[in-house]
Amino acid sequence: MISQLVSAVGVVIAGVFVCALYYWFSDKLLQLVFPVREGDVRGASINLNRRAAVRPWLFLGPALILLGVYLVYPVIATFILSFYDRSGTAFVGAANYSWAVSDAQFRQSILNNILWLAVVPAACTFFGLVIAVLTDRIWWGNIAKSLIFMPMAISFVGASVIWKFVYEYRGGKETQIGLLNAIVQFFGGDPQVWISMPFWNNFFLMVILIWIQTGFAMVILSAALRGIPEETVEAAVIDGANGWQIFWKIMVPQVWGTIAVVWTTITILVLKVFDIVLTMTNGQWNTMVLANLMFDWMFRGGGDSGRAAVVALVIMAAVTPIMIWNIRQANQESGGR
Amino acid sequence: MNPAVSLRRIGLPRLLVHLSVLLICLLWLVPTFGLLVTSFREPQQIASSGWWTALTGSSQTSAVRLADAATARQGGANFIISGSVFTEGQQGQVQSFGTRVAAPSEFPAGQTADLGEGESLTVNEDGSYTYIKNAPFGGDRGKRIYLTTATPPSFTTENYRTVLTSQGIGQSFINSLTVAIPSTIIPILISAFAAYALSWMEFPGRGLIIALIIGLMVVPLQMSLIPLLKMYNDVGAFFGLPSRSYVGVWLAHSAFGMPLAIYLLRNYIAGLPKEIIESARVDGASDFEIFLKIVLPLSFPALASFSIFQFLWTWNDLLVAMVFLGTGKDQLVLTGALNALLGSMGGKWEILSASAFVTIIVPIAVFFGLQRYLVRGLLAGSVKGG
Repeated sequence: MISQLVSAVGVVIAGVFVCALYYWFSDKLLQLVFPVREGDVRGASINLNRRAAVRPWLFLGPALILLGVYLVYPVIATFILSFYDRSGTAFVGAANYSWAVSDAQFRQSILNNILWLAVVPAACTFFGLVIAVLTDRIWWGNIAKSLIFMPMAISFVGASVIWKFVYEYRGGKETQIGLLNAIVQFFGGDPQVWISMPFWNNFFLMVILIWIQTGFAMVILSAALRGIPEETVEAAVIDGANGWQIFWKIMVPQVWGTIAVVWTTITILVLKVFDIVLTMTNGQWNTMVLANLMFDWMFRGGGDSGRAAVVALVIMAAVTPIMIWNIRQANQESGGR
Repeated sequence: MNPAVSLRRIGLPRLLVHLSVLLICLLWLVPTFGLLVTSFREPQQIASSGWWTALTGSSQTSAVRLADAATARQGGANFIISGSVFTEGQQGQVQSFGTRVAAPSEFPAGQTADLGEGESLTVNEDGSYTYIKNAPFGGDRGKRIYLTTATPPSFTTENYRTVLTSQGIGQSFINSLTVAIPSTIIPILISAFAAYALSWMEFPGRGLIIALIIGLMVVPLQMSLIPLLKMYNDVGAFFGLPSRSYVGVWLAHSAFGMPLAIYLLRNYIAGLPKEIIESARVDGASDFEIFLKIVLPLSFPALASFSIFQFLWTWNDLLVAMVFLGTGKDQLVLTGALNALLGSMGGKWEILSASAFVTIIVPIAVFFGLQRYLVRGLLAGSVKGG
C-alpha cells in the first residue's frame, strides 16, 4: 500500500523532471539547429527570427497535444460514432437519433434536465446573492461565509451520503433516524420515502447540488457587491430609498454581469451532473438525467457507443451557446486591451 | 465606506440579519454535523435513535424477563425474586417500567408497583429489582416486564477502525492519493509553459488558440469518454498492456484540467509588469530563462489557486476514475468505494458515515487551510463549472 504511494510520488518527480528536460532540451536543440555565429550578421538575424518563430510551438506543444488527443479529437469522434451501431463498426445513419426521439427514458432525462436547469442555477444565485448581502453586514460574516462555502470542498458522493442520511426512511413502527422524517413526524405528519416519490424526488436531489453550489455563487457575488461604487448607494440613501429598493434597484443591476457568469457556470455544472443521481437513485424512480443515461448506455449490456454518443451530443448542444458567448466575451475583453 | 455599510444605516433591524444568517448557517451545517455525530456512535444506537439524541443520551423501551420461579427464596411469609434487569456489562438507567404492553412505562423507577394478587414489583434506577409475592411463584418462565431505559451518551472510534481496515477504505485512500497527486502536478508545468507562450510571445494563430481553449473549458467530459475508452482499449491491446491504468487516469485528468489551467495562468501571467520581462530580454535572457527565473516565481498565487482546484476536482471525481481506472476492489478510489458501499451496505450508517468522513477529511483540510487561494482562483476563473 505504502509502496504504491511512494511510486506515485516517484512518478511525479520523474514526470516533472522529464517535462523540465523536454523544455530545456528542445530549447538547446533549437539553438543548435539555428546557430548564431559571430561575424555572420545576416545569417544570425535570419536564424534568430526562425528561433522566435519556432519557440512558441515548443512551449505550447505538450499542452496542444494533450488538448488535441483528450478534448478536440473526442468531440469529432463522438459526433462520427453517433452515426454508427453499438460497437462503432457499421454505419446506421440516423437510427440512433430516431431511437433517442422515441425512447421514453431519453425523454424523461431531457425533462428532468430541464427541471434541474430551471431550478438549480436560479436557487443558487438567489440564495448566494441574499447570503452575500446579509453576511456583508455583520462582524462574523466571514465565518458564516466559510461555513456556507465549505460544501464546495465535499465530493458529490460524500454530499449524497450526507443527504441520504437526512432523507433516511424507516418502515413500520421503527424510530425515524433521518432528520427530515423525524421533523415531519414531530409535526404530526407521516414519514415518507422521499427519494422514491415520483417527480418530487428530483427536487430532493437538487437540494444537494444547491447546498454545494450556493457557496460558490455567494463568494463571487460578494466580491462583485464590494466593487459597487459607494456613491451610487449613498445617492440613493439621500434620495430616500429604503433597503429593499437599494437592493433591487441599485445593487442588483450593477452586478448583473456577475450574476450572468454565476448562472452560466452553474448551468454548465448542472448539465454534467452525474455523481449525485448515480449515488442517490441510480436513475430509478424517474430521476434519470442525461449524463447518467449516457453512462448507462456506455456500459449497459456491453455498451452501445452509438446511443451513448447521441446522448453526449445532446449535452454538448446544450453547452454550445454558453461556449460561444464565453468566446465572444473573451474576444471583446482582449480587443479592448 | 462600503455600500453595505451605508445600507445598514437605514436597513432592516440588525438583529433580524444576525438571526437569519445564523439560521442559514445552521441549515447548511446540520446535515454534515448529523453524519459526523453518527460516525462516532455505536451501530445499535444509530439504528434505534436519531443522532440528535446522541448528545443527551437516548431512552429506549424494551422487554425483559425476570428470573424464573426456581430462583425465588422465602423471606417470612413472602417469596422474593431479585436480581438485575440488565445483563452483565450493560449500562443504563431505568426511567420507568410496566407490566402491560399497553402501558410500558406505567411506574417510575424506584416506586413499588402493586400488581394485584399479592404481588408487588420494584425496579430501581440501577436496574436491580425485587419481585415479591405472598404465595409461591408459579409458571416455568420469568415474568415479562417492559422497561424504559436511558443510555448515557457514548461515543466510539470503532467505526473508523472498521472501515479503514476491513472495508477497503484504507486501500482506496491510497488509491485516491495516487490518482490526485500526479494529476495535480503534471498539468501545472505543461500549462504554465503554454500560458507563458500565449501571453508573452508573438506568433500567428495566437488569438485562435486562446479562443479554442476558452471554448474547450466548457466541453462536457461526457463527449470525451467514448472515444477515449476505445482509444485506451486499442492502445492497451497493441502494446499488450492493461487498458485501465493510473497513467491513463493521470493523463485524462491533466488534459481535462488543462483549459482552466491555461486560462487562469494566462490571465495572471499576461498581467505581470511588462518592464520586468522586457528588461530581462534586453539583458539577453532567453525565454526559457525568463520563464523559469522570473515568471514562475511571480505566478505562485495563480499556480496555488489552480492546484487547489485541480486537487479538489481529482480527489472528488467519480466519473473519470470509474471509467478509466475501473471498479475492481483494488482500483477503487474513495468516491468509488463510497458509492459501492452505498449499494452493498445500504442501511449500515455506522459504515457509511465513517467512510464518508474519511473521504471528506482531506478536501476539507485543504479547503480551510488554503481558502484564500481558492477564493482568488474562483474570482479569476469563474467561467468554468466544476
